[in-house]
Amino acid sequence: MLTYLIKRIFEMVPTLFGITLISFFIIHLAPGKPTDIFSELNPKITPEARERLNKYYGLDKPILVQYGIWLKKISTLDFGNSFSSDHRPVIEKIWDRKQPLLQRRLFVTFMINLLAMIIILLVAIPIGISSATHRNTFYDKITTTVVFIGFAIPSFWLALLLMILFGVHLHWLPIAGLKSMNFDSLPLSGKIWDVGRHLMLPLFVSAFGGLAADSRFMRSSMLEVIRQDYINVARAKGLPERTVIYRHAFRNALLPIITLLGLSVGGLIGGSVIFENIFGIPGMGQLFYMSVMTRDYPMVMCILTIGAVLTLLGNLLADIGYMLADPRIRAR
Amino acid sequence: MINPRPLTGLSGTVPIISAFLYNNCMFQLFSKRLFLILLILALSSCKRETAPAVQTASQNVPLVPAYGDALIVGSIAEPSNLIPMLASDAPSQDVAGLVYNGLVKYDTDLSVIGDLAQSWDISKDGLVITFHLRKGVKWTDGVEFTADDVMFGYQTIISDKTPTAYSEDFKQVKKAEVLDKYTFRVTYEKPYAPALTSWGNLVVLPKHLLEGKDITKSPLTRDPMGMGPYKLTKWVSGQELVLDSNHDYFEGRPYIDRYVYRVIPDSATMFLELQTGGVDMMGLTPLQYIKQTNSQYFKDNFNKYRYPSFSYTYLGFNLKHPFFKDRRVRQAIAYAIDKQEILDVVLYGLGSVATGPYVPNTWPYNPNVKEYEYNPAKAKELLGEAGWKMGKDGVLEKDGRPFEFTILTNLGNSLRMNTATIIQWRLAKVGIKVHIRVLEFSTFINEFIDKRRFEAVILGWQIGLDPDQYDIWYSGKTKEKELNFVSYSNPEVDALLEKGRRTFDINERKKAYFRMQEILAEDLPYIFLYVPDSLTIVSSRFKGIKVSPIGITYNLPKWYVPKPLQRYHIEP
Repeated sequence: MLTYLIKRIFEMVPTLFGITLISFFIIHLAPGKPTDIFSELNPKITPEARERLNKYYGLDKPILVQYGIWLKKISTLDFGNSFSSDHRPVIEKIWDRKQPLLQRRLFVTFMINLLAMIIILLVAIPIGISSATHRNTFYDKITTTVVFIGFAIPSFWLALLLMILFGVHLHWLPIAGLKSMNFDSLPLSGKIWDVGRHLMLPLFVSAFGGLAADSRFMRSSMLEVIRQDYINVARAKGLPERTVIYRHAFRNALLPIITLLGLSVGGLIGGSVIFENIFGIPGMGQLFYMSVMTRDYPMVMCILTIGAVLTLLGNLLADIGYMLADPRIRAR
Repeated sequence: MINPRPLTGLSGTVPIISAFLYNNCMFQLFSKRLFLILLILALSSCKRETAPAVQTASQNVPLVPAYGDALIVGSIAEPSNLIPMLASDAPSQDVAGLVYNGLVKYDTDLSVIGDLAQSWDISKDGLVITFHLRKGVKWTDGVEFTADDVMFGYQTIISDKTPTAYSEDFKQVKKAEVLDKYTFRVTYEKPYAPALTSWGNLVVLPKHLLEGKDITKSPLTRDPMGMGPYKLTKWVSGQELVLDSNHDYFEGRPYIDRYVYRVIPDSATMFLELQTGGVDMMGLTPLQYIKQTNSQYFKDNFNKYRYPSFSYTYLGFNLKHPFFKDRRVRQAIAYAIDKQEILDVVLYGLGSVATGPYVPNTWPYNPNVKEYEYNPAKAKELLGEAGWKMGKDGVLEKDGRPFEFTILTNLGNSLRMNTATIIQWRLAKVGIKVHIRVLEFSTFINEFIDKRRFEAVILGWQIGLDPDQYDIWYSGKTKEKELNFVSYSNPEVDALLEKGRRTFDINERKKAYFRMQEILAEDLPYIFLYVPDSLTIVSSRFKGIKVSPIGITYNLPKWYVPKPLQRYHIEP
C-alpha cells in the first residue's frame, strides 16, 4: 500500500512538469503581452520605452529561457511577482496573510465551493437514492425534471431573477458582495449572520446547478447495486427495506461518487467568472480571468499550477478512497 | 457592457495619454467605471451650457450645505496601484485622483489653472517653465509639501527602475531645478505645449516616505498618502475602498465625509444595487438611461447627467489600399453613410455626430468644416468619377475587380458591431459589398493593425484634454506600433501639427487646429462617426452637482447632502 502510494506520488512529478510546460507555452502563444495594457496604442510610448518595459518584465529573453527561470523559481516555491501594475507577489494576491480570512481570494472561493459541495451531497444523495428506489414513479420523474432544470438553467439568469425578487422587491437578502457596509461594527454573531445572508443566493444558485450530476450518478449506481444478488439475499433474510438500502446497498453505490468527489478537488479553488462577477464575490475566478486578459503570466501560471497539483492530489485521494471503501481494489 | 465610456478619468490632472483607444477589450474590463476628477473649483465659476442635465426629483428641503454622509460609487473594476505613475487603469486614476494633487489642472473650460502651483511663468521662447508653489500645504502626515517633492517625483518617473508608461513627456525636459522651497523650474529643448499639463498629479510624491526605496514595493501603492480632498482609510480587496475626507484640505474640508469606491464587476448587478441603495452613483448604458430609469421611483430618487465624453468612434481606411487611395472614394462612402441614423439607432441619440477629431463645444473644435449629408446619389456620382461601374450582380466594378472589402472591429463592443452592420447595409445600397469581421482585441491590434493587414476598421479614440494629436496624424508616425496606422500623409497637416505643439498661445494653437480639421474633413482619412455621451446617475440627495465639459466630479468636494437627507452617519 505504502509503496503504491509513493509510486503514485513520483508518477505525479513528470505529469505536473508536462502540465506546466504546456500551459506556459500556450499562454505565451496568445497574441499580446503583459505590457500591452500600458503600451498598446499609447502615443507616449516610444520604441525605447517599450523595450525598457519588456526588459523590466524579462520578456526580451527567449521563451525557453523564460520557462527555465520560472521553473527555477518554482522549485523554491517562489511564484514571482504579478505583472499587473500592482507588482505584488502572486501568492499574496490569492492568499494575503495580512488580511482577515474573508478577504483572501483563495479562502473565499474555497469556502463557497466547499459549502456548495456539501449542500449538493446532502441533497443529491438522498434524491438519487429515493429516485432509484422509486424508479419510474411520479416522484422519480418530478425530481429528475427538477434537477435537470437546475442543470440547464443559465446560472447568471437565475441569479439575476433571484436578486430582483429577494433583493429589489422583497428586500430580504442583500444583492452582491460578501458583507454589509456596517460589517465592522457588528458583534461576532451578527457578522456570521451577515455573511450567511450574503452567501444564501450564491450558494443556492451554485448548488441548484450542481444537483443533477451527483443525483443522477447516485441514482444509476444505486439501481445497479440493488439488482445484485446480495441485495436479494439481504431482502430474503427478512431485513427491513431501510436496512437493505442504507446499510448494504448504499456503501457500494457510493463508489462512483468518490470518483466524482476526487475529480472535483481541483475545482474547489477555481471559481466561475460569471458567477463571481454577478454576485460581486472577490474570488479566484475573477482574478484568473483578469490575469488572462492582461496576460499576467506569473499569476496565470500560479493558478494553473496550484489547480494542477490539486487535481492530481484529488485523483490520488479518489484512489485511496476507493481502496478504503472496496477491499477488492485494496487486494490488487 | 455597451456603454460609451464615461468621460475620461484621466482628464483632470493626468493629461498624459492624449489618445488612448477607448473601450477596447482589456479596457472593456474597466469600461463601466465612474470617473472622477480632482478638479476643484468654486461653484460660481461654472457658466457654460453643455448637454442638458436632466434634473428630476427635488425634495422640499432647504439647500443648505452640510458636512456628513457618504457617497458610494459603483465601479466594475478595482484599482491596481495607487501611485499614479505606476498605474494605467482608470479605477486607479479615479481613486488616486482624490488623494493626490498636481501642480496644475484643467478648469471646466479646458484652460489650465493652478492646483499646487499658485502660478507659473513661461519664458518668451517657451522653453522654461517656472512653477511657484502654494505655501503651507501639508501631506496628510503633517509634513510640508515643497519643491523637493516635485523634484523627487520627476526623478522617479524618468528613472529606468520605474515601470511607467508616462515617462516620455518628462524625458523632453533638459533641466529641472529646485530654486527654493516653493519654486520649481524646468527647461525644455524645444517649446512643447502639452508640457505644462504634464505637471499634473503624476509627479507629486512624498519624498520623505519614498526616497531610496523601490517604488514598486512601497506600501504607498496600496496605502497612499497625499494632500488631496480624501485619504484612503480602508481597502478591502475586490470589494471596496473607503476614503474619508481630509479636514485640512487646502481648498477647504469636503462636505461629504466619506467616499466609498465599491467594486461590482457585473453591470446588471450594479444596476440592481443602485435600486436598493447599495450604490449612489454609477455610469449608465444608453439603454439604461433612456428606458430603464424612467419609472417614478427613479424620478423621485435620482438625477441623471449627460455630457459628451472625450472620445469618438470612426471608420478608418487603410490609405495604402488601392480602393481607398482615391479621396473621391472615401468621400463617396461618407455621403453613403447616414451618421445621424447610426447615432439614433446605436446610441439612442445619446451623443453627437462627429465631424472631426475633437469634441463639440471645446475650444479646439471647429464647427465649420465640410459636412457630408446623407446623399447616395452624390456617392454614386463620385464613385463613377473614380472609375467604378455597376457590375451585373449589383456590385461596383473597376478593371474587373468588384468593390468588396472587410471592416474589422473588436470583440465585446456591441456599439461598434451595430455601427458596422448599419454601414454594411447603407453601402450595399450604392453597390459596395462589405464584410464584417470581429476580433479579440489583442489579436486585432497585434496581428492586423500593427501589420497593416486591414482594409477598413471601426475603432474609437479616447482623446486627451490637450488638442495635440501629432501621433495620430503626423506622416512620420506610420511605423509598426505607431498610431498613424491608416498611413495618412499631408504636408500641410504635418506643419500644422508641429506649429500647434510648439506654441503656448491658445489663439495660435486654435488657428492651427481649426485649419487641420478643415483639411481632415476634406481628405477623410477617417470617417468621423459619433461622440458618445457620458451618462451618469447620482442619488438625488447629493446637491451642488454642476455639469461641465469635463464632467461632473471636478467639484466633488463641494457636493453636499442637506442635513435632513443624510443617510449615513459617520463617526469622526
